[in-house]
Amino acid sequence: MALDKNGIAQRIAQELKHGYYVNLGIGIPTLVANYIPNGIDVEFQSENGMLGMGPFPIEGEEDADLINAGKQTITAMPGAVYFDSSTSFAMIRGQHVDLTVLGAMEVSDQGDIANWKIPGYMVKGMGGAMDLVASAKNIIVAMMHTNKKGESKLLRQCTLPLTGTKCVTKVVTNLAVLEITEKGFKLLERAPGVSVEEIQAATEGRLIIEGEIPEMSL
Amino acid sequence: MALNKQVANAEEAIKGIESGMTIMFGGFGLCGIPENSIAAVRKNGAKNLTCISNNAGVDGFGLGVLLESRQVKKMISSYVGENEEFERQMLSGELNVELIPQGTLAERCRAAGAGIPAFFTPAGYGTEVAEGKEVRWFDGKPHILEHAFDASFAFVKAWKGDTAGNLIFKATARNFNHAMAMAGKITVAEVEVLVPAGELDPMEIHTPGIFIQRIYQGDHFEKRIEQRTVRTK
Repeated sequence: MALDKNGIAQRIAQELKHGYYVNLGIGIPTLVANYIPNGIDVEFQSENGMLGMGPFPIEGEEDADLINAGKQTITAMPGAVYFDSSTSFAMIRGQHVDLTVLGAMEVSDQGDIANWKIPGYMVKGMGGAMDLVASAKNIIVAMMHTNKKGESKLLRQCTLPLTGTKCVTKVVTNLAVLEITEKGFKLLERAPGVSVEEIQAATEGRLIIEGEIPEMSL
Repeated sequence: MALNKQVANAEEAIKGIESGMTIMFGGFGLCGIPENSIAAVRKNGAKNLTCISNNAGVDGFGLGVLLESRQVKKMISSYVGENEEFERQMLSGELNVELIPQGTLAERCRAAGAGIPAFFTPAGYGTEVAEGKEVRWFDGKPHILEHAFDASFAFVKAWKGDTAGNLIFKATARNFNHAMAMAGKITVAEVEVLVPAGELDPMEIHTPGIFIQRIYQGDHFEKRIEQRTVRTK
């Protein structure tokens, strides 16, 4: 069974380590906050200017002055702090954030990522994604393995305008966990019940399969 | 005696705005936007403005009201996906749009206020953002040259302020307001609560009054929420 979006988020949450500062992008990455493993503490950075982001507010407690980078109303955890945008990106560019999780439209087998523009169709802008991918040490992409037309999103070369080059470290999709290596996507884990052949068929970029590929444990 | 930056209202605060100027607007989405100053610029009618703002508002609110009245010639932003009128003007070529990385946007504001004419950043290297820009390698990594902004006016919004121009922001409404306050040749701050100099605790001030030329208490703050998201108890 291929994973759904929550399953992808749940698998990525296993990458969280105690003491991490984490920046979660919009979409599937946001869901990662729902699956923090027991016994570890992490703090979420929101690039619009806070550390210690908490869950959505209870109805009636929304505050127009307290939002996340997706413009959603949120809450603050004990120990949270607010700061201005230039300080926020100093944290990001200065590599003070330990893990970044982003959505993507395409990822290449060298770790290039495209997620901000489809020429002639959608131009919303890159927001903070270009700053994040240019500087972060550890970037995990959360996305579906194929697009709505069934075409692979894990490519030899990205076809869409790039957000950053050679920056992605890992990709977690509905089918697999893959690590970016110099020789391409190294298959680390399969989604429960998904075969190596299915993953191969859905991957256009170079795929490295070494030995038995274990199933994810969720 | 503390300097007095107080002006009576938004109309007085925007004096000097002319067609063709470059203007910064603080805020992230609709959070912390200078809504009273935006309304005054709309009333003033200045045209062909270049607006620097992380976002472009929504239809009928925020910078959306200046797009509606066709006062904006060019937008410099990082993310603009929330406004249909914006999209229409962009696709029809009426509106010139420059999209830049959010951290670069913030730093180009900060640099302008800090006397740094340009800086190198890794953000955007290898993408279309880097086209035509000088590249230099530092510590084995490529960086692109970005320049400080040059804005005649900066409009910012704070929660509390005093007559000396010192500002305190609420929660994530600080966002671009601080760096833009530093950057404007004339920075206008609108606040929800304006108090006499001396009433704010100097240890709690976020933006020092030296960056502010004019300050006023806004008549009305709608503070619209863009994405109301809640959980059940």
